[in-house]
Amino acid sequence: MPDLSINFCGVRSPNPFWLASGPPTNTAYQVMKAFDAGWGGAVWKTIGDPIINTASRYGSIDYKHERMIGLNNIELISDRPIETNFREISEVKKRFPKNTVVASLMVESKRETWHDIVRRAQDSGSDLLELNFGCPHGMSERGMGAAVGQVPEYTTMITTWVKEVATIPVIVKLTPNVTDVAHMASAAKQGGAGAVSLVNTFNSLVGVDLDTYAPRPNVGGYGSHGGYCGPSVKPIALHMVSSVAKHPTVGVPISGIGGIANWQDATEFILLGATSVQVCTAAMHYGFRIVEDMIDGLSQYLEDKGFNSVMDLVGKSVNRIRDWGDLDLNYKIVARIDPQLCIGCNLCYIACEDGAHQCIAAAERPRGDLRDGEIAKHVPRILEDECVGCNLCALVCPVPGCITMEQLDNGRATMSWRQLQEARGRNPQCTMGDLLAKGTAAD
Amino acid sequence: MHTGPKLTPEQLEENFADINPPLTPSLALEAASRCLFCYDAPCIKACPTEINIPQFIRQILTQNLVGSARTILSANVLGHSCGRVCPTSVLCEGACVLNAEGKKPVEIGRLQRHAVDHVLNRGINVLKAGKENGQRVAMIGAGPASLACAAELRRLGCAAVIFDSKPHPGGLNTYGIAAYKMRAEDSVRETEMIRALGVDIRNGVTIGRDVSLEQLEREYDAIFLGVGLGETDDLNIEADNIRRCADALSFIEKTKTNGFDHVQIGTQVAVIGGGNTAIDVATAARRLGAEVVYMIYRRSREEMSAFDYEYELAKVDGVTFVWQAAPVRVVPDARGRAQGLVCVKTELGPPDSSSRRSFRPIPGSEFTLEVDMVVRALGQKKLAFLQDIPNLKLDGGKVVVNAETMQTANPKYFAGGDCVNGGGEVVDAVAHGKRAARGIHAALAAQQRGVAHA
Ligand SMILES: Cc1cc2nc3c(=O)[nH]c(=O)nc-3n(C[C@H](O)[C@H](O)[C@H](O)COP(=O)(O)OP(=O)(O)OC[C@H]3O[C@@H](n4cnc5c(N)ncnc54)[C@H](O)[C@@H]3O)c2cc1C
Ligand SMILES: Cc1cc2nc3c(=O)[nH]c(=O)nc-3n(C[C@H](O)[C@H](O)[C@H](O)COP(=O)(O)O)c2cc1C
Ligand code: SF4
Repeated sequence: MPDLSINFCGVRSPNPFWLASGPPTNTAYQVMKAFDAGWGGAVWKTIGDPIINTASRYGSIDYKHERMIGLNNIELISDRPIETNFREISEVKKRFPKNTVVASLMVESKRETWHDIVRRAQDSGSDLLELNFGCPHGMSERGMGAAVGQVPEYTTMITTWVKEVATIPVIVKLTPNVTDVAHMASAAKQGGAGAVSLVNTFNSLVGVDLDTYAPRPNVGGYGSHGGYCGPSVKPIALHMVSSVAKHPTVGVPISGIGGIANWQDATEFILLGATSVQVCTAAMHYGFRIVEDMIDGLSQYLEDKGFNSVMDLVGKSVNRIRDWGDLDLNYKIVARIDPQLCIGCNLCYIACEDGAHQCIAAAERPRGDLRDGEIAKHVPRILEDECVGCNLCALVCPVPGCITMEQLDNGRATMSWRQLQEARGRNPQCTMGDLLAKGTAAD
Repeated sequence: MHTGPKLTPEQLEENFADINPPLTPSLALEAASRCLFCYDAPCIKACPTEINIPQFIRQILTQNLVGSARTILSANVLGHSCGRVCPTSVLCEGACVLNAEGKKPVEIGRLQRHAVDHVLNRGINVLKAGKENGQRVAMIGAGPASLACAAELRRLGCAAVIFDSKPHPGGLNTYGIAAYKMRAEDSVRETEMIRALGVDIRNGVTIGRDVSLEQLEREYDAIFLGVGLGETDDLNIEADNIRRCADALSFIEKTKTNGFDHVQIGTQVAVIGGGNTAIDVATAARRLGAEVVYMIYRRSREEMSAFDYEYELAKVDGVTFVWQAAPVRVVPDARGRAQGLVCVKTELGPPDSSSRRSFRPIPGSEFTLEVDMVVRALGQKKLAFLQDIPNLKLDGGKVVVNAETMQTANPKYFAGGDCVNGGGEVVDAVAHGKRAARGIHAALAAQQRGVAHA
């Protein structure tokens, strides 16, 4: 049985699966129930001066019959008294000493106020602190959350204040609503952050009701921009996590967040540099029980791949991410359709015809129904010489494994755009085509 | 006097309840979301009326139900009944690509009904009549073929008048389709939508009796024959003058118009025939309360012309199949009512002219089924009336037409539906009617141009 436990900033956690700060971590009742279900840690719903929320608070995006592939909220931080939250954290830590409890904090940008909340958080027995510099809505209008996280100097300054009194490791939670999230991670590190977590929610407006013209979520006919999360943000979050992991000087542990709903999502974050992962929307959608398969699936994966510990996976894919200019321009693939598997929907044909490079041929389908006998199979044909290998047809094909992208051996050595530029400098008389054909041997 | 089984009106209603009930909005969304939105989709190619199916399903998904209904009805004005009665498993749904993956096809028929119900139930007219062009066309018969022809003619701007002998419009849609698929009221309600386009439907008028063909020819620029077929074929066995011997069409018509508790039914019923109509009779008999229903067919299961799903339905309904048996005579009781059916076993030989295997009675193999009702469900006769039309070319009683324009050998007459194909589906009749309308419009427009030139 592979070891799922992690070491995050010196804190051991039974597994990398943590609940993100949000409604699922509002109360001790919920967090204890989650730990019973198997979650390794929980980041408490952000603690600060209690706020008042609106009704309604959430809006979502559905896709066909799939509900809530994206969730938007205009909720603020905890609406419960600070002392209640810390008292409940103590209770949880007493009952679950091995599980990780992270106190998420957000207060006014005053040094004394931060000192005070940090001390109280430590006294409660929290293992780690997470500074919420991320909320894009509501709190930012009051000079907190993203208002701090979007200005590197503020991020450094407040982290420094926290570190003046902190005796436990400090995580800075980053907002994705910036131009370069790695730059913000760097600012947090400068202030003394021991780790970063990302992403918080994306600034968004989830939709407009076409009958009432009111934005969603609707508060008495009006709405406000809110934070977007859930499955649909995962690719953007993955990129952000990897950009922090790749940053040459940040080098702190990462807690990956954004659209994680199962062990596969979690594993991708880990491969791109996250040591722990946090989940909010999926737990709000299906409840704490989703962690059971997350644990089981990740263990099975580690076993199948021959890893002893999940820590061996952390960052394994980071160095596979390169600048575009370093990718091989001589790598050649073409699409192949398996006529056995093809069901004849023609989606590849129309995608390539209208949306790509007109490299698939499909005859017009003859008229006919089963009363006239079997309907002949209607399989489109790839024009291999024309195919640019873009993947689009394989992506739209509804049948798993029907369209595959096959590598062609064009006999060429690798050559990236950067290498091509260099070769052009050396051989100004040659065309790009000639240089590519010669590959890196073009000297 | 009724001695057969008696079910309560509630039981009868339940037995004839819609076998394919409407989708709820949520089920419709789920069903619609399964459509892949194929390009040059096979379902369209398998629909005789070429409804743009992926398009109307996408419109259901985007909650554009009126637009969805418009997509359907502009291709097939009887989209409601076709959604309910089409043998979709051999048409659109049979061609759905999901079948090739071993999945269930998209429920196209039910989705179609869902969209059309939306406008039908709200009285929304999605089709518009075209600018009047002065062309006047008469249609004989108010069945699917004529209704589709008339609607298309109105969209093209022609005046359209339909004559039908029956008290209500709809043809077999109203009087023939199994009641658990569609009630007569629903068929009639659908024709209201066609009336709203400005089609003049005159019921209770038999052409050739109440109004002469000559009169029609005088008053109209073209005439469309949508007369369907005639009464049920004869058995040619000794059954004459024996009571409790019925023919399929009259029996079914009663279930559609009389109220189920007024349809006379035996306790043990023999249905003779192996087609879809025979199945409709057998299932109706069971649902009316007959305890035993035999379906007697001369050939074997493989040769039976009924669709597989109809056969499955009959099995579920508890119909007993008697394969390879032919009726010889009906045995009357002392009061002249059927009390038994003598049959003879058959053996099958090589394929005959119908390309099904031939059969031949086995001498001495007679046996008697104890039944108190016999219904013959063989096929329908061709209409003798057609022979009165000058220069009409018939082939085995079927009207011969130009497949593109549906024009007959007499250029003033066009034809479509069962009288042309010898008995098909509702959707075939609709496709014919629509095509004929375009043929008529083009022919009359050419005439008008010719006159203008002269
Ligand atoms: C029992 C039965 C069940 C069926 N079930 C199905 C089914 O489930 N699904 C399916 O798709 N199809 C089914 N069909 C087939 C379908 O009903 C027909 O293919 C379709 O109705 C043919 O349409 P039509 O317009 O050609 O003729 P019809 O529907 O037969 O209409 C012809 C009309 O012409 C009128 N008429 C005839 N002569 C004259 C005249 N001289 N003057 C005035 N009016 C006249 C008749 O009264 C009749 O109303 C069934 C048929 C039968 C018999
Ligand atoms: C309703 C709601 C409330 C949230 N409240 C907080 C919060 O108080 N503090 C915080 O740091 N993040 C908060 N978040 C952000 C989540 O912790 C998390 O960063 C984000 O939802 C992305 O993860 P997910 O895609 O798994 O939901 C909240 C998210 C939601 C949906
Ligand atoms: S890979 Fe791209 S270019 Fe090649 S056939 Fe598919 S869609 Fe067309």
